[in-house]
Amino acid sequence: MKRGTSSALTMTLGIAAFLSLTATVVVGLTLPKTIEQGDYSKLIAIHPGIAWASYVALGVTALASALWLWPRTRSITYDLLAGASAEVAVVFTSLTLITGSIWGRPTWGVWWVWDARLTLSALMLALLLGYLALRRVPAESDVRARRAAVAAMLAVLVVPVNHFAVTWWRTLHQGRSLTQLTPENDLDGSFIFAMVLGFLAMTLVYAWLTVHRLRVARLEESLVDEDLELALEARRREAVLT
Amino acid sequence: MDHAVHLRAAVCLLGRFPALAGIDLDVERGEVVLLQGPNGAGKTTLMRVTAGLVPITRGEAVVLGHDLRRNRRAVRPHVALLGHAAGLYEDLTIEENIRFWARAAKSSLDPATAQDRAGIAPRLRALPVARLSAGQRRRASLAAFLVRDAQLWLLDEPHAGLDAESRDVLDHLVREAADSGVTVLLASHELDRAKLLADRQVVIAGGRTEPTPEALDVA
Amino acid sequence: MWHDALLVAGKDLRIEARSRVALNQVAPFGVLVLVLFAFALDPDRNVLVRAAAGLFWIAVLLSSLLAVQRSAGIEGADGVSDAQRLSGLDPAGIFLGKAAAVAVQLALLEVVLGVGVVVLYDVDVNGVLTLVATAVAATIGLAAAGTLYGVLAAGLRVRETLLPLLLLPVVAPVLIAATRASEAALTGLAVEVAPGDWLRLLVVFAVVYVAFGVVAYGMLLEES
Repeated sequence: MKRGTSSALTMTLGIAAFLSLTATVVVGLTLPKTIEQGDYSKLIAIHPGIAWASYVALGVTALASALWLWPRTRSITYDLLAGASAEVAVVFTSLTLITGSIWGRPTWGVWWVWDARLTLSALMLALLLGYLALRRVPAESDVRARRAAVAAMLAVLVVPVNHFAVTWWRTLHQGRSLTQLTPENDLDGSFIFAMVLGFLAMTLVYAWLTVHRLRVARLEESLVDEDLELALEARRREAVLT
Repeated sequence: MDHAVHLRAAVCLLGRFPALAGIDLDVERGEVVLLQGPNGAGKTTLMRVTAGLVPITRGEAVVLGHDLRRNRRAVRPHVALLGHAAGLYEDLTIEENIRFWARAAKSSLDPATAQDRAGIAPRLRALPVARLSAGQRRRASLAAFLVRDAQLWLLDEPHAGLDAESRDVLDHLVREAADSGVTVLLASHELDRAKLLADRQVVIAGGRTEPTPEALDVA
Repeated sequence: MWHDALLVAGKDLRIEARSRVALNQVAPFGVLVLVLFAFALDPDRNVLVRAAAGLFWIAVLLSSLLAVQRSAGIEGADGVSDAQRLSGLDPAGIFLGKAAAVAVQLALLEVVLGVGVVVLYDVDVNGVLTLVATAVAATIGLAAAGTLYGVLAAGLRVRETLLPLLLLPVVAPVLIAATRASEAALTGLAVEVAPGDWLRLLVVFAVVYVAFGVVAYGMLLEES
């Protein structure tokens, strides 16, 4: 059994991710300054892309959990995928909060503006951390998978409810919102291009990270299977000795 | 092949540990079988597998006509397990506990009768379980066990924690049940008593069944 | 299923009546939280009155953690969970029964805390109908989600610390919706988002979690 996690797929993904990320950064840095935000408007290249990737990650976790729960498609790979995607989701969600915070600071002078989308991301982060804590509790893989899958479904079910709650909540307070920082369509098309490039790059980075993480998880599980045979042998030997 | 219990090459994992590493067991309806073996051999796990509480990873398991690999839950209402734990709500009285478990199992047996047969004095029945002594608690668990009116009895060290008189009561109940067609699986370190009750014995060691040379005669 | 739900709810409430945990521990805790808020915020009439709805619901939320822990803990004692699985009780019924018992306790708690808020924070009460409707919808949602997470974390040694981490982010929208709806009712001022909308959100939350509980509770009860 191969002990590494790289393959043709991950190398292709890795190279594509690296190239598109580099392109995004370069294009982002060459964006013109805007009057309102100066250099910070360049964050449009990466922040929306990072946020998008975090939603993709959450979606994959939810989908993988649903597939595991459905008896006909149950497979340990889906459980491991849910976990791997959740970990990458934590990375992207945290980056969403950080880049969002940095983006808002020069305009409003504060690190956090209770923007609806950022608040939603903060809640998502809390949900993800709880989910990962649950996964870490030692148990037989079937039991752990079931518990985690249900927790994932519950967390995802609450995201739309959260969305409405937070969005309505923030409409009471007109003013600060990151959507105000995103330029209108009639501004320089290069902003839109940078944003789209960012979407692509972040999605590729997400895919690359998740595939590697999933493979590591599968290697860990295969070690468990090997251990089982050894344990059965040891137990049988116990019987002979008594 | 209408066995009450049929296990073939059953393997059961608790976490990573193979508690059962290959059990072969066939029990006829109405038989009383004694499970014998050292501590840690897997007797408790075997009982829990038979009750449908714990799944097996490999092998066959058919109990009272229910295939446990397909649906463990279906067999549960038909079995009764008397294990190490009490299975009682501490804040409720014996009476309330027995009533609750009787109604939960949709049993037609009278809770009062079950408590009588378990030898619980009437004056104790209105006491919260938390206030009982260990022996009284065991008898309360026995009453909850009896009120289920099950066809398969799983008794895991039932004599432990009971005084001599209560042990006699228990033996009498087992004989009565066996005579009326109930199948009994019994694990006990009280070998003298248990051998008198049992039709035959099975030795469990290291999670596996050992072949035994002879069956016991009932005295 | 309904028969089992009533049986289990009755059992849980009888245990509560006997042990008085909600009465002697959870309710005082809730009132204590209200008092601590007053200490922290300085009982200048304006601040507390304006924040009253939010503080009330936070106190309810924190108290519900205790109530849910207690409800889950009852089934963790001495082989009871095995007996429950053997009993043949319908798991959906067990879920509804336990959630109902928690909901009843929370409702009584809310009455106590409501009185507490009126007395301690000097709040004028208007729009009672909206307040009651909000409380009913929010309570059902809280009880359902709490019971579901209670069994999810059941049997884990780290249940006490894990449950709040799991439950609080999930009930955050209940906090937002219940507070805004209550505020609108208390102040009677026109607001951009009508209380009716918030109420609908609470109902959706409650329906989703009750439905999920009915479907998934049985699966979660099967820890090997």
